[in-house]
Amino acid sequence: MSAPYGPMRAIDILDLYFIENRSRIMDIASFLDRIDRYEGADEAKADFRYQAFLQILDITRDTPRDRAKAVQVALSDPTTEPLDSALGMKAYGAWKGAAK
Amino acid sequence: MKAIDPHIHMISRTTDDYMRMTISGIHTVAEPAFWAGFDRASADCFRDYFHQLTVVEPARAARFGIKHYCWLGLNSKESENLTLADEVLAIIPEFIDRPNVLGFGEIGLNKNSKNEMAVLERQLAMAAARNDLVLVHTPHLEDKLKGTRMIMDMIRNEPRLDPSRVLIDHAEEHTIAEIKDRGFWFGMTLYPNSKGSPERAIDAVEIYGSERLCINSSGDWSVSDPLSILKCANEMRRRGHGEAAVNQVFYENPKSFMGQCPKFVAN
Ligand SMILES: [Zn+2]
Repeated sequence: MSAPYGPMRAIDILDLYFIENRSRIMDIASFLDRIDRYEGADEAKADFRYQAFLQILDITRDTPRDRAKAVQVALSDPTTEPLDSALGMKAYGAWKGAAK
Repeated sequence: MKAIDPHIHMISRTTDDYMRMTISGIHTVAEPAFWAGFDRASADCFRDYFHQLTVVEPARAARFGIKHYCWLGLNSKESENLTLADEVLAIIPEFIDRPNVLGFGEIGLNKNSKNEMAVLERQLAMAAARNDLVLVHTPHLEDKLKGTRMIMDMIRNEPRLDPSRVLIDHAEEHTIAEIKDRGFWFGMTLYPNSKGSPERAIDAVEIYGSERLCINSSGDWSVSDPLSILKCANEMRRRGHGEAAVNQVFYENPKSFMGQCPKFVAN
């Protein structure tokens, strides 16, 4: 690895981050398996968050560049009008309005 | 190295945290007024909170050789209640001229509601009338993109506010470019396992440059790490960035932004 003695190359980035990101993919795969294994999997898989999760996996794989931004945008509320009230509202991490 | 944490909720941290921060090189911090993790019962609670931020906490920090500055305002999570908002905004003038207060913050939006917008608008007007600095909280998760745009539009509708005196915090991949393009400072917040990571923050430095960027821990009462800015600095270093560039991001930048307030002197 060239850093900290010089600029890194893409192969250095692969070298530095491969194992930890391999581990993150394993966490995601086992998260999906865990949902399958527990009672009520169909209900969970119909939830807007699960559907959004599948969508951002596709975006991560299929977007040629700026994947992080594309994932963020896919999870965002695309509307522009203010809410009438925030009472009892919370953030979920995916936009509920996207659910069909 | 020396570093400044421009956004950390020290009232939630222990003296052990102060000790670890000071021996690690964090000698200056700024604490925005925010939600306590529960809705407060009355404006009197805010009077106590503002006293804590302007008197108690700077004294506690000083015992560790750390300079403590703060920002005052009503956070967006408690802005839905307009009666409470009236009362809290009325007591801010009692505290805003205290020696460690840098300006209004963290004010902003949470769920992007009409009441949140009304309370933010009033606080922006108060800051503009005094020519104070502003630290903006943007919503989290799915509400961030919409809320960040709404906030920037509101600030641009207040011509007395100069974007170079406003920091839009909790920026992420989908909001940074729009914030920078409009001339604001932007903040990136490091959370151990929910939102921003050191790797992604340094990606942003590489993609967007370090100009007008402040990186913070937002260390508070929830899962957070008061040393995370130093871990992020180390991430920058291990990718081969030089010490001067690291120092620029983690010391000179927050010093430049907050130094626009004449009360601010970095340790
Ligand atoms: Zn905060």
